[in-house]
Order: sequence, then structure tokens, then C-alpha cells
Amino acid sequence: MTAWRTEGGTAIDRSRPLAFTFDGKAIDGFAGDTVASALLAGGVSVLARSFKYHRPRGLWGAGVEEPNALVDIAGGLPNTRATQVPAADGLVVRSVNAEPNAEKDRHAFLDAFSRFIPAAFYYKTFMFPDWHLFEPRIREMAGLGTLDEATKGPAFAEQVNQHCDVLVVGAGPSGLLAARKAARAGKRVVLCDDGRQVGGSLLFRAAVIEGKPGAEWAADVAAELERAGLRVLTGTTAFGIYDHRLVGLHQKAADGAPDRLWRIRARSIVLAAGAIERPLPFGNNDLPGVMSAEAALVYLRRFGVAAGRKVVIAANNGLAYETAEALAAAGADVTVVDYRADAASPAGLRVLKGLAVATAVGRSAVTAVKLSDGTVLEADALLASGGFTPTVHLYCQAQGKLDWRDDILAFVPGRSVDGVEVVGAAAGNFGLPAELAGGSERDFRIVAAWPKPGARERVWIDLQNDVTAKDVELAVRENFVSVEHLKRYTTLGMATDQGKTSNVNGLALMAELTGRRIPEVGTTTYRPPFTPVPLASFAGARSGTRMNPIRRLPLEAQHRADGAMFREYGGWLRPAFYGAGAPEERIQAEAQAAREGVALFDGSPLGKIDVMGPDAAPFLDFIYYNTMSTLAPGRCRYGFILTEAGNIYDDGVLMRLDENRFVVSCSSSHVAGVHGLLEEWRQDRFDKRRVFIHNVTAGMATLTVTGPRARALVESVGLSIALDDAALPHMAVVSGLFDGIAVRIARVSFTGERSYEISVPADRARALWARLRQAGEACGATLLGLEALMILRAEKGYIVIGKDTDGTSRPIDFGLTAPLERKKVAFIGRRSLITEDAAGPDRRQFVGLEAVDGKGVLPTGAHGIERKAGATRSLGYVTSSYFSPALRKPIALGLIERGLSRMGDIIELQHLRDVRQARIVPSCAFDEEGARLHA
Amino acid sequence: MQLFPCPFCGPRSESEFHFGGDAGNHRPEGFRDVTDGVWAAYLYERNNRRGAASEIWMHMACGEVFRMERDTVNHRVAQSVALGKGGGNDGMAH
Amino acid sequence: MTRHYSAFSLLKEGLRGQKGWQPAWRSPEPKPRYDILVIGGGGHGLATAYYLAKVHDIRNIAVIEKGWLGGGNTGRNTTVVRSNYFFPESTALYDLALRLYETLGRDLNYNIMLSQRGIVTLAHSEAEMEMAARTVNAMQINGTDAELFGPEDVRRVLPLLNVSPEARYPVFGGVWQGRAGTARHDAVAWGYARAADRLGVDIIQSCEVEDFLIEGGRCRGVKTSRGEIRAERTGMVVAGHSSHLAAKAGFRLPITSYALQACVSEPIKPVLDTVVLSPGTGTYASQSDKGELVIGGALDRVPSYGQRGNLPVLEGVVAGLLEMFPSFRQLRLMRQWAGIVDVTPDSSPILGESPLPGLFLNCGWGTGGFKAIPAGGTLLAHLLATGKHHDISRPFDLDRFARGRLIDETAGSGIAH
Repeated sequence: MTAWRTEGGTAIDRSRPLAFTFDGKAIDGFAGDTVASALLAGGVSVLARSFKYHRPRGLWGAGVEEPNALVDIAGGLPNTRATQVPAADGLVVRSVNAEPNAEKDRHAFLDAFSRFIPAAFYYKTFMFPDWHLFEPRIREMAGLGTLDEATKGPAFAEQVNQHCDVLVVGAGPSGLLAARKAARAGKRVVLCDDGRQVGGSLLFRAAVIEGKPGAEWAADVAAELERAGLRVLTGTTAFGIYDHRLVGLHQKAADGAPDRLWRIRARSIVLAAGAIERPLPFGNNDLPGVMSAEAALVYLRRFGVAAGRKVVIAANNGLAYETAEALAAAGADVTVVDYRADAASPAGLRVLKGLAVATAVGRSAVTAVKLSDGTVLEADALLASGGFTPTVHLYCQAQGKLDWRDDILAFVPGRSVDGVEVVGAAAGNFGLPAELAGGSERDFRIVAAWPKPGARERVWIDLQNDVTAKDVELAVRENFVSVEHLKRYTTLGMATDQGKTSNVNGLALMAELTGRRIPEVGTTTYRPPFTPVPLASFAGARSGTRMNPIRRLPLEAQHRADGAMFREYGGWLRPAFYGAGAPEERIQAEAQAAREGVALFDGSPLGKIDVMGPDAAPFLDFIYYNTMSTLAPGRCRYGFILTEAGNIYDDGVLMRLDENRFVVSCSSSHVAGVHGLLEEWRQDRFDKRRVFIHNVTAGMATLTVTGPRARALVESVGLSIALDDAALPHMAVVSGLFDGIAVRIARVSFTGERSYEISVPADRARALWARLRQAGEACGATLLGLEALMILRAEKGYIVIGKDTDGTSRPIDFGLTAPLERKKVAFIGRRSLITEDAAGPDRRQFVGLEAVDGKGVLPTGAHGIERKAGATRSLGYVTSSYFSPALRKPIALGLIERGLSRMGDIIELQHLRDVRQARIVPSCAFDEEGARLHA
Repeated sequence: MQLFPCPFCGPRSESEFHFGGDAGNHRPEGFRDVTDGVWAAYLYERNNRRGAASEIWMHMACGEVFRMERDTVNHRVAQSVALGKGGGNDGMAH
Repeated sequence: MTRHYSAFSLLKEGLRGQKGWQPAWRSPEPKPRYDILVIGGGGHGLATAYYLAKVHDIRNIAVIEKGWLGGGNTGRNTTVVRSNYFFPESTALYDLALRLYETLGRDLNYNIMLSQRGIVTLAHSEAEMEMAARTVNAMQINGTDAELFGPEDVRRVLPLLNVSPEARYPVFGGVWQGRAGTARHDAVAWGYARAADRLGVDIIQSCEVEDFLIEGGRCRGVKTSRGEIRAERTGMVVAGHSSHLAAKAGFRLPITSYALQACVSEPIKPVLDTVVLSPGTGTYASQSDKGELVIGGALDRVPSYGQRGNLPVLEGVVAGLLEMFPSFRQLRLMRQWAGIVDVTPDSSPILGESPLPGLFLNCGWGTGGFKAIPAGGTLLAHLLATGKHHDISRPFDLDRFARGRLIDETAGSGIAH
């Protein structure tokens, strides 16, 4: 192709030249050029290599439909369509799928073997000796662009939600008209177009509308909309319609602004997305120099680039004459091959009627065109128009169904879809809207020019994926006749252009081969996105902590000042241990100090859900496995909440503050779940006016003082309450005052030591913590992180839900059977506790495990095993395992089959093929009588 | 992204809602006299209708539970209905 | 006509324009009666027919499919095969499938492109590492391959992974199953179809079941859009429609159907060598031989039969991928779709006779049906041929719900795929 710059070009600014490189070669252009137009003007005819055969490829199109010219932009995105990226100074552009470059590709030899590697050949071979031997090489060959591992792509994309009355997709004449009408009727309108400028076909096709040149009229309409405060989004592609009329739009980054993903919920949607020109099916129709006739018009009028000097224009319809006349006027030598024998043609053009192109001639560029009658025309460009395919993607995504129109040889929207209107070329109306046309008529008559079976030459259907007519024939021969089978077997329409230029030609050939009409063959499903959308736009701001915000303690700063090392536990960032030094030593020291003196612990994430009202007690009887209505005011009780399937969902302490007021303390990671569960059952089974639920977890901090000297420490803080065991025994709760603010003090222990859990409003946590720290100094208090707490509770055999239980655990596995047998009223999950499984003898039960092989701490996650007849079977596993500083030996907890009835047995534990010995012992390893709780 | 009408808050994004199961899936009352089959049917069997469905939903933002009638294929929502005040046992699956 | 597939036959056909290939399968008219009828021409249904013919030597079989074969979840999934399960019952099931997959290409004379590039399930905390150890030990004891990966092992197989300790989900290690990988989904369906057809199975497409023929309390066949078809034993293998057909047969199933979103990026040169799954971000991904990143994640929150793409879950899944692999921010999403998956309360499948005698079930695979196709086919074929459970399918009978013996792999399977 010997394309050349003409005068003119409405999109470019000749006063602002620029330069970039393509495959290392310097390319000049002007501001306003796309990479494609600059390459075309620069005489680069081979822009890419095809996916499979590594055929040389040039530009086919000028917009989103471009199947060939994918390029990698350094520091940008791979697989970018050259037709859509603005040329810019210093850009480094590289062809894809070509080594060392598109011009000279060392895999070009593959084309010579194309007869042996037709569609789907890979299903028929590479089985012996094994696919694994062939795959690496094939993987390397596949793929198009190359990821630049050194860069991270766009750092950030914005997401914007908006509602509007009317969303108009496409700012061509029909879209503009629809937008203006809606705006003048007072509607909130959003108009979008994937071009950088509004106008659509008016930017390159001649039209006079309301007395103005088309492009000027378009700009005026957009200005009118903007004056009315309405939004006109250029450079923005509506890529998908989702349920309930939500439209996803991708706005390309421009002028320093990041990419934007718009989610627009529209009361009604007008689709005016135009139509896409189809290739003609002739031999070698993939040669560089074969270009869409409409694209050639775009390059000429918008960018001042003529596609060739000696141009053949082949068309089965009348729309290509505008290209012919414009190129002739620009000085090119033009011949039109009009497939229609009876066509009316403009004067002054050389037109051959009733003929077709047989084949394009040339090796890596068109040099001549051979016609159906044997005539050979010399040419350096072959511009083709095989008709137009309305852009119906979004209509189909909105559950629309297509009709076939024989007069325009195209699928058009059929039945109406609620709230979605399709207008203009997208609806098969290729002229201007009647009210704008002003008597100008265009000749759209079309004759069929579908691919024919049995052609000698290769005729490309899908340019990007290298699917030829022979491949479609092969698929039919092998009975892949469903349209979806055709697509998947040949990969027709599955490339990055998603078949925008190829699908209809493929369907037509399939129809011909199977004796069906095209609409009987049907179409494949249209899936979002219409054009590829950066992954970063879907992610939006969701990255780092914004992906899933970490919950933070009110006292985080204080803990940091104390040298806390933080870890995430159940979504909360909490101190794991305090101070520098070897973590294991710190953790052991904290645990030991808590046993010997007193420790302070921040338990704020503990769930706190208030349950109030006259029916609160019966409500909680239903919620808990345990009977809770018998709890006296001022007392606490430990219990399980089950699922309806009878598995343990959560555990915790229920406090009864007074007759009609309870606090459910649940696991910190289960607060939302327990809250939801309470709400559902409250509304399902209870009188909503007699039970109320209020989750105050985040509003209150809970600070715990634990250890033999806990009472002394709390006394010195002064909470205006009596702390003697008569007034506040273990498992009791009272209200006190701290600096005049009501606080709640509960004698609940997760360490096995005397403990006081003090709950205050979160904004008072700092003051209370400071007072506790101050008082603690006098008592030699230590700070207790979560890791040491885990050891303390494990020494006592206290469980952590989700660690020492799994989704199958039931209360019976923990030896708790009384409520099942004795409880008088219904409760969640009860019926499930008498199924065959729940009552079975082989359940995994909660026990302690003591290492007896002298090899130290047992690995958490090790499985108890049983060997029988050469087979190994799991008996359960170690759920928690630590070195106990109090006992000076390893301790462990586990769920072991029939464990409760096998006390004293020694079992084997397997971990990563290592085998350990352990004795089954009671789960409580320390202070079994619980004397220290009262000490 | 679907819009569901909460009877209390109006149309809201689907991500604010929690599916509660079939409307009318009543919990069998009783204990040992409920058969395994009856209990399993309540616990596990689902209408899972293709087309018109009547379901229980919770709007997590306001915490209210309601019944919604919608089409599970085309996702049209026919209506949503607040459940009876107090003791409104419309049945939900847990 | 060329029947057998090989490099030689490709060469031979290449010399004569690929014109001698035989149809991959016939398009027969349905007969009024078969010995065994299989409803559903997806991977599991076609495999069932193949094994009935091949293993049990029953040839008078039909597979009826309402659309095009392989058009359900077989053609919509993210192609992962693995057997990294926790319970021995599950391991037995999925490892049977994986073992059959390992020789399937040669057995069927169809390259299904089994690509055993391994799967790593990441662990993002100490607690997740403990769970990972529990899983690895379970897998090893149950007799399948598994390794516990430390951070350096993960880095070795996933060099582009963000392993910074500052990452939202830092990487502590993971569970590795080296035999896991991907297979070409369409090829599995087509390979079974072609092999079954060769053994005489009638595969009847565009044939929709309208009702069941129930006589004497037994299923005696079906009424279809192409007439009545009778059979003494019928298998129902219709993922995404199980409850709908069950209602026609007069019973309900413990199934809720959801859309599962998936997407692919534009194709690029190889950057991701294994399958990776992050429970923290809720994302899994692999790279296909064509170069596309195949991305999936959790189920949509709303029960649905709408096979359409949706944004809310997908956005989180994509964000998760970019959090793991920051350099993937350069990529674009090329195609998005959804499949309808039938989810059971314990996320394990249902295999066995239905409440309607004569009608047998293979359903409820949730998000994990593809990886199980050879096993699902083998086991349903056994049920249909003998009327009795295979040892491996017994625990997955529908009766497990009333017995309370669920096989809850929620912990084992992490997230959906």
C-alpha cells in the first residue's frame, strides 16, 4: 500500500507535528492522528502478524472493529488497537505476535504449513506420547501482546455511579437527535460516544443538516446539551447492559484524568451505536492493502490520508461510492467494482458492474486485483464493502431478539425490550433520520456476496483468529453445525474483536453449507464487554486496604506506642504480642506473667449485641442450645448457638443485666452473622414489638484485667463498685462508674485466672486504658497480646470457634448433652441433634493431646491416624498446639474420633509424612478444678 | 446489578440484601415426633423455581425481613411485601 | 473417510484438503425406546453414556440434549481440574476423576489438553497456614498428592505474585497439588460425544424434556419436544436445570441455583504458569494455552437462572486478581459470562436414585462439576447399569440429608470454582 497524506483532515492539526516509533522505526504524524493513521500515512503497510499463521496484516478498519492492528504500547497496555490510541510524541509502539518485528517475522514460515493445521487440528494430535511434551511450545506461540512485567499499568481508575432519564449510546446523527429531543422535553440526558468527538458518521460522511455541515451540526447539538447542564461523554464506550437497565461505560483516560468506569442506571436507553462494515469474501482478503471502504473514507476525511494511489473499490452496496468520489477528488486513480449488475453509479467514475473480486494479488501487500471474469487490475489498495452489520450487542445483552432483513442482509433488533430503543444504523436504517435528511437520498441497495464453499483460494472469515472459509467447511463436515459449535470449534468470533467484522459472513457460509437460511443458523450470544475494558477499571478503588477494610481498635495508637506487633485476626488488626525480641519468647513471657501476676488485654472486638424487651428471655432460650431464661439478673452463662443443622455456629457468654435486658457476647469474627441470625429469628418467630436487638460492638471497648492480682489492680482504678466475691463473684456482671461514665464489669475469664472485663464507650477507652496502665505499673502488670491469650485459653481447654471446631462439630462432641435431653422448649438446631449422624458413635470429639515422644510441640494440623490392612485413615486432627509456660511442657487440643472414650490411649499423628506419638488426655490441662478463677 | 425494592427503604442495590430462602417454608414444630424426612425437607429441600419465585429477603441496611416476588430468569421484580407485624410467621429458611 | 485422530491422519488429510474427516458424531432421530436414557448432553451426561457403552457394554442408549451438546456448564466453566479435598469420600470421588482425566485424551482419541500445571491455594495468615497443613495432611492420608508450600515455594511458581508483607493479603504459603491443572472444556464434551457415538450411542440435540412418563410409580421415560422416548432407567444430568426437571418428576431437591461469573482477559504471552486460588481475595485464575487469563471467583449473592454477566461480584473478583498480580493492571477484560450452578447445602454432589424409582440423579456439583466429569460419568453409569451404588458414590446419595451425614467441604474447597 502506498498511502499518502493529502491536504485536509479535520481531526489533525498540521501545526503540531509529532514523532513516535513503531518496531524501532521513526514515524511522523500530527496532533489528532491515531497511531493507525500516522502509520498509514508513514507508509507502514504491515502492522501486525496474524494469530495462527503469522500472515502479514495491515489496517482493515478505523475504529473499534479493527481486527488486525493490535500493538503493544510501552508503559501502556498490550493488545491496544492502533485505530483507537491517539498518536503522541515519544510513544514506543511495538507490533504483537511477531519476532523480531511485523515486517520480518521469523514464524512467517508457518503459513506454508497451514493446510496441515486447520481449525481445531490440536484436538486431533499431540496425544502421544503426551500433550505435556507439546504444550510449552504451543503456549509460547499463542498469546498476542506481551505483558511489561516492569510496569504496573494504570495505578487507579475511578468509578462513578449515576442515574438519568435517558442514556443515549452513540453520538451520530440518530443519537444526537434522540438526545436533543429528550433534552428539550426536560429529561436528564447522558450522551456517550466512543469517539473523541461527537458526530459519528457525520465526521466523515458528507451531510447538510438544518443548513449546517453535519459535523458542525453535531458540535452544536452537543453544545446545546452541555449548556442545559447535561453530560456528554466522549471517548466513552457503553460496553454492557446489565440487569434493571444498568449500563456499564468505560471512559478512556484523557488529559491527565484516569480511566473512568461509569455505572449509569437509566430510566430509558436509546441505542444509536451505528453499524460496522463487513469484509468481502475473496481470495487473500487478508492482504495488507485490503481495507474497509468506510475506513478509507475516515482516513481521508479525518486524517488527510489516502489509502493508495491506484485504488480498487469493491462493493456489493452503494455506500462505497462516497469513498470512491472522495479519493478520486483527492487525486487517486479509482476503479469501482460494483457487484450489482444494475447499479446506478455517479458520473465521472470508472465503474465495472456485475463483477466481483476473485482474489487479491500480492505477497505482503496488494499489487493487483483479479476479478471474477479474469480481468486483472493493478492496484495498491483494495477497498471493500460487503455491507453493514448493525451494532446490536447491547440490545441483545438486554435480552432482545434479532430479526433478519433480506433487503439489507443484516440482523436488526426484533421485539421491543422494555425501556430500550434502537435507532439509526443500529436498527438497520443506514440513512440519516428522516427528519434530518432533507431529501438527500443514499443508495443502499445490496446484493448478497457471501463466502462460497469450495473456493480454491483461502478466504478469511475471522481475520484476527485466522479462520478461513475452509475451516467453516471443515466444521460442517465434522457435524459442528450449531452456531455455538462453529464458534468454539473454529474460534470464529472469539478474538479480541469478538467477531465484529466476521460473524455474519461465518453464519452465511454455515447457512449455505447446511441448506438453511441465515436466521435459522442464528447468532451466538452477545456478551459484555462490547470492546475490551481495562481490568483496573472494574477494580476501581478496590485495592490494598480498600479491598476489604481492616477493622481497627480504638486503642491502636496506644498499643503501637507500647511496641505491639499487629496481626489480623478475624478482620481486626490486633496486638499479637508486645515488645522487641524473639516473638516466641515474648509470647511465652506474656503468658507466664499473666499466670503469675496480672495482665492487661484489649478485648474490644468481642461481640456485644444487646437483646431487650419482655420476650427477650424466651427469645434467647430459642437462640441458644443452653437454657438462658433461668439466668438470674446480674449473672452470666456460657453457651452455644447452633445452626438449624445442629452444628456449632458460635459460642460465648450471655449476660443478663436485668429482667428484660441481655448482652450476647459472640466471637469477634461472627458479630455480623450472629446479629443477622438474631434478626431473622426475631422477625420470624417472635413479636417484633417485644424483642429488640441492638449491635453495639463497635461502639464499646472491652478492656480485660486478668491474673492472680487482677482484683488489686481493678480496685486501685476505682470503679465505684464492691469487688469482693460476694458482690461480684465469677460469672457475675455489675455496673460501675469510671470518671462519671457508666461502665460494665463482668467476671468472665478466657484465661482461667480471675478476670474483670470492663466495657466502656469506645471514646472513653483511652482514658480507661491510661488509668489501667497507671494502676498496672504499681502491680507490675504485663500487656497481653492475642498469641499469649491463645496459650492461656488452650491450657484451660477453652475453645476458639472455627479453630477447635469445624463446620461439623456438635455440642455432644464437647461432652455437652444436658440441654438436648432436658431442655423444655424449642431451640435452633435441636431436631438435627437426633439424626443418625449426630447420634452416631464415631464422632470426632474434643480432647487434649499430650506428646509422648519427647519431640516437642505437636504440629497444628497433624492428623491422628489409624492403620488397618495397609490403609491409613484419619481419626481427626490437632486444632491447637503450644508450649505451655505454666506446665513447662507442650500441650495440644484436637478433634479425635471417639476421643472422649479413649482417654489415656496413645495414637499416631501424621504431619507432612512425619509421625508423632501422643496420648489422649482431658482437654483442660491446667487447674482442672478452676480454683484460680476464684483465687 | 439488580435493584430490589425494600418495603421500608425503597429500591436498593442487590448487594445490600441477604437471601433468606423460600417463602412459606414453615419450621416443623416438635422434636422427637418430627420425622427425619420432614425435618430434612424443611432444612434442605428448596423450590428453586425457574421463573416466578416467592422468597424471603433481608435488607441488611435496615435489618427488616420481607417477602419478594420476582422472576429468577429475567430478574423482573413483581413486588415486595412487608411481613405481618409481630409473630408474622411467613416461614423462612435458615 | 478418516476416523482415527493422529498426527499422521492430519498429515494425510492435509494433503487432500482436510476433506476426508468423518463427522464427529451423527445426528440421529430419536427412537421410541432405549435401554437407558440420559437426559443432558453435557460432560457428565456424555461421559455416562460413554461408560455405559464402554464399561457395561450397554449400547442401546440415548443422550438427549435440549440445546447443543456441551452447551451448559461444561462449556462455561473455568476448566480447572483438581482433587484437593479434605474428606476421604470427596478425595475418592475427585481423585477418580483426576486419574481418569490423566489418560482420557488417549482413551477417547481426542486431545483434551489436560495441562497438569498444578494449583496453589494461597494461605494469607498463620491461621490459614494451620488450616493448609490440616488440608495437606488430610490429602496425603487420603492418598492424593499434596504439598505444603512456604512463601519461597509460592514465589517460585508465581514469580509475578505480590508477596510484599505490606500486601492486603500477605502470602504465608499455600497448599500445592501438582497433578491439578486445566483441561480444554469443549474438548472433553466433544471427545466423550465422539467416542460414545462410535460405540452406538444416539446423541440427540435440540430435544427438550417436557415431562416424565410415570407409570406404576416408576419413571418409564420422557415426553420430549421430539416425541416420547421410553426407557426403564433414566439418568438426569442437567446442571442448572435440576430443580426445574425434578419438579416435573414430582420432587424437590436440596439445591439452590446461582449464577457464577467468569471472565477472560485478552490473550498475552505466558505470564501465569499454574492455577492460583486466593481465599482471601476470593479470586482464582489460570492462563489458557491461547494466552487468555481465565478468571473466576465467588457465586453471585442472588439465586438466579439468568445466564448473564453481572458486575457486583465480578468487580471484587477482578480487584482480587490485581491485588495479587499488580502487573495484570495492564490487561483488559475481553469477555464476561455466567453459568448457572446447582448448589447443595454441603457443596457436595448428589448421586443416586431419585425419589421417583427408575430415575437416577447426577446433580448438585455446584461450581465444581467440570473437574469431576469422568467420575460422575463412571458412577452414574454404574448406577444405571446395575441399579446399585458404586462404593465411591454411596456417600453422595440423596439420603445423606435426612441422615444428617453431610459431606461439607466448605473448609476443604475454600471458594468456588
